[in-house]
Amino acid sequence: MSAVFNRVKEIIVEQLGVEPEEVKLEASFVDDLGADSLDIVELIMALEEEFDLQIPDEDAEKIRKVGEVIKYIEERK
Amino acid sequence: MTSKRAVVTGIGVVTPLGNSLEVFWNNLIEGKSGVGPITRFDTKGYDSTIAAEVKDFNPKDFIDHKEARRMDRFTHFALAATAMAVENAGLDIDRINRERSAVILGTGVGGLQTLEDQHKVMLDKGPGRVSPLFIPMMIANMGAGQIAIKYGLRGCNVTTTSACASSTNAVGEAFRLIQRGQADVVISGGAEAPVTPLAVAGFCSMKALSTHNDDPAGASRPFDAGRDGFVIGEGSVILVLEEMEHALARGANILAEITGYGTSCDAYHITAPDPEGAGAALAMRMALQDAGIQPAGIDYINAHGTSTPLGDKLETVAIKEVFGRHAYKMAVSSTKSMTGHLLGAAGGLEAAVCVLSINRGIIPPTINLETPDPDCDLDYVPNTARKAEIAVALTNSFGFGGHNATLIFERFNLERTAAERVL
Repeated sequence: MSAVFNRVKEIIVEQLGVEPEEVKLEASFVDDLGADSLDIVELIMALEEEFDLQIPDEDAEKIRKVGEVIKYIEERK
Repeated sequence: MTSKRAVVTGIGVVTPLGNSLEVFWNNLIEGKSGVGPITRFDTKGYDSTIAAEVKDFNPKDFIDHKEARRMDRFTHFALAATAMAVENAGLDIDRINRERSAVILGTGVGGLQTLEDQHKVMLDKGPGRVSPLFIPMMIANMGAGQIAIKYGLRGCNVTTTSACASSTNAVGEAFRLIQRGQADVVISGGAEAPVTPLAVAGFCSMKALSTHNDDPAGASRPFDAGRDGFVIGEGSVILVLEEMEHALARGANILAEITGYGTSCDAYHITAPDPEGAGAALAMRMALQDAGIQPAGIDYINAHGTSTPLGDKLETVAIKEVFGRHAYKMAVSSTKSMTGHLLGAAGGLEAAVCVLSINRGIIPPTINLETPDPDCDLDYVPNTARKAEIAVALTNSFGFGGHNATLIFERFNLERTAAERVL
């Protein structure tokens, strides 16, 4: 697993209150991890802080799964 | 239409004197103080550095991790106290009509710590970093909202805000809702978490807080000549109120009946009480009339008694105005001497004290009452709890803005009629 994945996983576990093993690449934030719209906004903010990124709303709206977040961050590091 | 009767069937507490009913009550009747140095923030530069904080409280004992992250401390207190109150009432939520189940909660401000934290985020990192949970965590009505969400209670759900009278008004309005036949069950009381850097600074600037920082346990001294302000406190006390027939039908343990509610406004000054205690007297008279009780029928008053020089004096004036000679024959105590002042949650706590005093036949004392003040010459039950048969108890709450609220509780008697009580 990549360093990015581990850091993302830690944030997801803390913010969504899920178990680390639930945070799989194919897991959907809404359907599998129980996030609502407020959680998603908070999560995006936390990722922006952690990785010193700006994630525009139009990009944020396309991110539905854990793997998509990892890919998005890795492409911009 | 005859009005319905409302009874108290459960109490839950998160307080500076303990986070369970028995610990809280034992500490109260042993005359223990819940006041200590403030631990929640650095008090350097503050005139008052003491508070009655809730201790050993972990929200995760009552709320799951994710939900707890999405709530302010005042809502943590409210949900924990509600869980204990529902259990104490033996109420099976699956067996009540949830459309006839309501929540009326009092809070002075709501999510102050959240407000302060997020304001700092905005200043330090810019508006784009303010949490999307900021508003739902901060708003004052969210305690009541979260209780409804947790238990699926779909009836009336409102929050009363009248500063330090907030939860007395909440319980009073809950009583009215039941009287009108509009609810079977009402979760009521108050929650407040005001031990925050900004709130304490504001109260310090007002010179409202005690500065007996070197003697925290002796700082809250209602009616004592050495009183110098209140001690800020935090917590939540929740009562389960039920329509009497509803409680009887499920075989509930009825702790007391609520029979009177009066509420008024001084219409005088933003923070100072009316110099003749007229608004306070009006609230007490309205409550007596509502209950159909003569002044001589009151056995015990749980006073607002915050330990401020003016407030305690004028409450005494108002009590004497309403009760005449009987003022000297009944017991009047201020449990804020031990609990500190829970602001918008104080009224819920003190309503619970009235119910427990009736139910258990003991009056908690006013501690730290050592030097008499000639202006405060009633029987304040100084320093030691007293065994007494309490049939009827009254509690007062007064808030900035001139808000006054009074509740009357009676020992439950199925055959009660107001006429019997007129002496």
